Amino acid sequence: MEQLFLLVDISKTHLLSKVKQTIVALLGVTFGVGMYIIMMSFMTGLNKLLDGLVLNRTPHIQIFTQSEPSEIQPFDRYNKSLENMKIYHSIKPKSQLERIPNALPILAELKNHKKVKGATPQATCKVFYTAGTNNLNGILNGIEVSEEIRLFNFNDYIVEGDVKSLIKKKNSVLLGAGIAKKLGLSVGDRLQVMSTNGINYSLSVEGIFQSGLAEVDDVQSYVSLKMAQQILGVGNNYVSRIHVKLHHMEDAVPMSNMIENLYNIKALDIKTANAQFDTGSDIRTLISYAVSFTILIVAGFGIYNILNMFIYEKMNDIAILKATGFTGKDVMLIFIIEALVIGIIGGILGLVIGYGVSVLIDRIPFETEALPTIDTYPIDYDPMFYLAGIAFALIFTFLAGYLPALKAKNIDPVEIIRGK
Amino acid sequence: MKPVLETKHINKFFFDPVKFQVLKDISINLQLGEFVSVMGKSGCGKSTLLYILSTMDTDYAGDLFIDGQKMSDLNKSELARIRNEKIGFVFQFHYLLAEFSVLKNVMMPALKLGKEKKSIIKKKALEKLELLGVADQAHKKAYKISGGQKQRISIARALINDPRIIMGDEPTGNLDSKNSENVFNILRDLGKKQDMSMLIVTHDLDFAKRTDRIIEMGDGNIL
Repeated sequence: MEQLFLLVDISKTHLLSKVKQTIVALLGVTFGVGMYIIMMSFMTGLNKLLDGLVLNRTPHIQIFTQSEPSEIQPFDRYNKSLENMKIYHSIKPKSQLERIPNALPILAELKNHKKVKGATPQATCKVFYTAGTNNLNGILNGIEVSEEIRLFNFNDYIVEGDVKSLIKKKNSVLLGAGIAKKLGLSVGDRLQVMSTNGINYSLSVEGIFQSGLAEVDDVQSYVSLKMAQQILGVGNNYVSRIHVKLHHMEDAVPMSNMIENLYNIKALDIKTANAQFDTGSDIRTLISYAVSFTILIVAGFGIYNILNMFIYEKMNDIAILKATGFTGKDVMLIFIIEALVIGIIGGILGLVIGYGVSVLIDRIPFETEALPTIDTYPIDYDPMFYLAGIAFALIFTFLAGYLPALKAKNIDPVEIIRGK
Repeated sequence: MKPVLETKHINKFFFDPVKFQVLKDISINLQLGEFVSVMGKSGCGKSTLLYILSTMDTDYAGDLFIDGQKMSDLNKSELARIRNEKIGFVFQFHYLLAEFSVLKNVMMPALKLGKEKKSIIKKKALEKLELLGVADQAHKKAYKISGGQKQRISIARALINDPRIIMGDEPTGNLDSKNSENVFNILRDLGKKQDMSMLIVTHDLDFAKRTDRIIEMGDGNIL
């Protein structure tokens, strides 16, 4: 122990007597760790933001009915042996109801499934928004708003008004920003809609929603499920879509296949629905890893270089220490201690600077149409980055100190003394 | 009487740039308390021999015994321990740790040995510096003092662990005659009082003449 203190004391003298050099070495580590944390926090923040833009709001599985031509035509059933002869012309899709058959039992069953986080019913009805003599095409989505908020962050879209009003007041509507502008309506006004049956309804505008996609905001509005069913003139078992959110996104594909087979309806999983997005997300993740890896490598070599010089300048001391009875191991320990001290202090400074700059970026205004709830640049404060940063600093300074220290351990003092 | 240091048939070759035998069959011994000087022309292998005797150079053929212990049996850490405990070495170019204080330089081998408390080591170090007349420099950094003083400090350092043998490579080379005389007397006294053996490589014939025995070397041989 006493011996170790002596070595620490020697290291301390080395570090303190060449303050400028020590600071440069420290800054090398600080810069590397800081840059790594800033880049990772910022890029992951952006990635999560973009992911959230689509993934958090998109159901993992969408269930609906779809009109498609039947795969097995009646003639196939009649005679299978005539495989080579059949010629079909002009096959038309089989007519399908827009409602999901047995929607409520399916919904109940899905909600109980252990992989499912939640499932919400929607009833979609086409309407005209009437404004004076103009009739604008529109779609009203009947939703269960509290579930939509829980599962799909529905409230992120609402730029004005109260999202909960759909629960409180049956005839309230959350109007798309595009339509609101076209019709000149704002929160508190009334909206006239005409159903396809020709019946007029007067709805109270309680909120404005903005998804960032013009074609959605110009057409869609949200009402409560009950209201939509009333406008459609159907019972409360009418559901045109079911949106399912799973605990793990990876289960989406097998789960949607299962639903299709089990209930004989169309189920679209998020991977298929957002194939391009998925690729984009993968590539962004890859880029952020590549960039941070590059930063670490470059910083690592910088650290190695500085420490290497640091140790080579001390060759004289190495010879003296060895000649007066210090072992190779002692000498090696001295330099490893020096490297680690630089690593620890530089690394901690790096963490502080990384955090500081992250907070700074987090304050920079970033306003975009597409993201009504975001007003500054996103930063992900994942403690893993900080852990990885300090671990990198320690491992790399240890290695950067270890390699030259090993050389110092093995060098013959006579070589140095003779070389003088 | 058993010799403190003994060599048997030491041979040493340099291979770079061409194979060259520096030391040829060197067999010498050093008795307890004996003051021996090694003389010879530059390049005759004096320093090389000294490095081997000080255990720093392990690349040789033949046997080296210090205190009856065979050095080639020991590993590097054990050799370091021997250097620390039994040998005090004074270099030609007064090697000190530049960034440390004079006192720390002198204390360092004793701190490494770790047999005594720091406060006692400090007291001892100051005594040694006093002995060599450089106690007033104790708290200066080593790089701030003059060459002659450095030389004396490195002698003080060599003495700190009360070694069995003091080896010197021209320890008075940078000193004026008065200081040289002083150093000689100190070494002489120590040899008498503490049974320390001295093995000093020197060019100074006056210095050598006053030692107990002169080993003269030429072309890698003992003459």
